[in-house]
Amino acid sequence: MPELRIHQEKVTEQAAQQLIALCPFSAISYEEKELRISSACKMCRMCVRKGPEGVVEYINDEPAPTVCKEDWKGIAVFADSSEGRVHPVTFELIGKAKELAKVTNHPVCAVLITDDASGKTEDLLRSGVDKVFVYEDPMFRFFSNTTYANAFADFIEKEHPSSVLVGATNVGRSLAPRIACRFRTGLTADCTALEMKPNTDLVQIRPAFGGNIMAQIISTKTRPQFATVRYKVFSAPALQEDPSGEVVSMKVDPAWEDKRIRVEDFILKPAAEDISEAEVIVAVGRGLKSKADIDLARELAELMGAKLACTRPLVEAGWLDASHQIGLSGKTVKPKLIFTFGISGAVQFAAGMKSSDCIIAVNTDPEAPIFSIAQYNVIGDLYEILPEMISMVKEAKHV
Amino acid sequence: MDIVVCIKQVPASSNVKVDPETGVLIRDGANTKMNPYDLYALEAALTLRTREGGTVRVITMGPPAANDVLREALYMGADSGILISDRRLGGADVLATSYTLSSAIKTMGHVDLILCGKQTTDGDTAQVGAEMAEFLGLPQYSNVRSITPVNENVIQVVSELGSTVLTAKIKLPCLLCTDAEINTPRLPSYKLKKQIESGEEPLSQISLDFFEDKDPKHYGLAGSATAVERIFPPDISDDHAVISGTGKEAAAQVLDVLLQKKFL
Ligand SMILES: Cc1cc2nc3c(=O)[nH]c(=O)nc-3n(C[C@H](O)[C@H](O)[C@H](O)COP(=O)(O)OP(=O)(O)OC[C@H]3O[C@@H](n4cnc5c(N)ncnc54)[C@H](O)[C@@H]3O)c2cc1C
Ligand SMILES: Nc1ncnc2c1ncn2[C@@H]1O[C@H](COP(=O)(O)O)[C@@H](O)[C@H]1O
Repeated sequence: MPELRIHQEKVTEQAAQQLIALCPFSAISYEEKELRISSACKMCRMCVRKGPEGVVEYINDEPAPTVCKEDWKGIAVFADSSEGRVHPVTFELIGKAKELAKVTNHPVCAVLITDDASGKTEDLLRSGVDKVFVYEDPMFRFFSNTTYANAFADFIEKEHPSSVLVGATNVGRSLAPRIACRFRTGLTADCTALEMKPNTDLVQIRPAFGGNIMAQIISTKTRPQFATVRYKVFSAPALQEDPSGEVVSMKVDPAWEDKRIRVEDFILKPAAEDISEAEVIVAVGRGLKSKADIDLARELAELMGAKLACTRPLVEAGWLDASHQIGLSGKTVKPKLIFTFGISGAVQFAAGMKSSDCIIAVNTDPEAPIFSIAQYNVIGDLYEILPEMISMVKEAKHV
Repeated sequence: MDIVVCIKQVPASSNVKVDPETGVLIRDGANTKMNPYDLYALEAALTLRTREGGTVRVITMGPPAANDVLREALYMGADSGILISDRRLGGADVLATSYTLSSAIKTMGHVDLILCGKQTTDGDTAQVGAEMAEFLGLPQYSNVRSITPVNENVIQVVSELGSTVLTAKIKLPCLLCTDAEINTPRLPSYKLKKQIESGEEPLSQISLDFFEDKDPKHYGLAGSATAVERIFPPDISDDHAVISGTGKEAAAQVLDVLLQKKFL
């Protein structure tokens, strides 16, 4: 079993203080001349690599059990269709899977669990998958974690995919851990980049510590490897006119239905403005002085056919509702153009918008972090620039 | 109704930077707090207890200092708290964390309902709840907006699934992950704090040795399926055009960009 061994004889007061400061998880303490590592330890081994030489040693005497990676082949994408259509994140993941599969020369397939497959399989085939595995039965009408997991697990047992990609929709975020756990395998949430190693290890990169750092994660011991990815992180592939993939109908076992759950009601929410679909976004932050000033931004947004969005403090203040929030705890957006007015560009905000094609940022503070990710850094007062822009855009559009 | 709420101690500030030279993390203070999303789960449990009777127990896996969040939960009204602390649990990923928590819950006797927060602000995966449910073989829903008892064995749950809202009746026991919209958490009570401080604290601590499965290979880093290969600072682009001047001048330059790029 891997462990960290402390060589107490090498611990000096200075070495201890250095190690305490070094540990990102506050897991190291020094009391009564004894250095201790608590269960807060994440085994990041920072203390081994960057600490005073020889004080903390990493010991891994037992080779980790490994699966036979050759037994697991291909990349499977879960096609979330719990809301009647295949969720567009699915196509983005298929596009990514096809890129990744080139490295290992593996097939790419989609797994569709639905009460009605018509139309959906065609859409999936056109995105270029080699196969669509379909589980079709009325029991899949409404999402139930256990019922869906039973079908998905059946697919994994029969097809042995090496990697499984799941869109980080509410359904995907609930289903992926359930199945990953059933196979006692690794799962990385909200990946922002994926790469494939020739040995089929999936390199999963995700923001950690609120986006302040990036972590590169792998699962070398187990298969399949699970990753979830948010909508709008990758790009959807071009659709094929006459696809060559095939549809495979899978047998559904009536015993899969979890009878402990009875769905009473399933309603479509009134279509809220979905900022993640927007091509152009006007986003506002705490640079705004009052709630009424949102109207300025809204006017520009309407003129430009853009959606209005904001940072978290504005949601917390009740100025706009949560569906408008961009960021780590809000939505990820990837528009062709995003304007930010009075937004500092904190990492948690930037995490949700930095892959936008074009960022134009307006801020009075030339040092604002938003300027390190924007392409156009407009240093100035939004109260001077916004009204001018509104009238100029009106003029340009002759309204 | 006997409820267990899973709560976690997290850093009070997530302001961390990586030194680009050395790769060392630079933290902003060492203060901690209860994971804000777990407050909603706890509030939901306390409300249910007021209506239905029963108990609310809180549980956390963490270092001894995590007792602080258990205490905070007691001051909010929880009946008792359990800390799972053991060096052999260090380095746990989602799989090992949920295995540990579910192993602990199996030692807790009768449980009707397990509540988790939506996600943690440090781990930030929103996956521990669903994996625990799998280990425990229980039905589970995430993004839960409301929980209403129907009778002794059944509850009604409203869960948000993106653009749809699902209402379901679920047989107990089950596991639910609450949304932040479900309620407004109460503040810790000063009176309860005084009362608890003057008596014996209803807190206990357990380790691996209390679990049915005592094999350390199934916990901590050894029981984890994922490994962090490296950490690095997010890349930042340095390709910027700077626009300044009076409001009118700046706006005119922005307009040029919009026209040039055919946004207008
Ligand atoms: C776990 C966690 C998750 C989080 N998730 C999110 C998230 O999802 N989304 C999110 O947005 N935040 C999130 N946050 C909060 C985030 O850290 C920041 O606090 C937030 O993004 C700041 O919002 P802001 O830019 O509007 O405000 P501020 O940081 O206060 O910035 C205001 C900016 O406006 C500028 N300004 C002021 N007046 C003017 C003017 N007249 N003209 C032009 N510029 C002006 C100032 O120079 C300043 O840069 C999260 C935080 C944590 C800890
Ligand atoms: N170490 C822990 N101790 C207790 N509960 C936890 C722990 N880690 C996660 N949880 C629970 O699982 C939820 C989701 O956490 P996460 O998957 O880390 O985002 C949290 O809101 C908690 O309810």
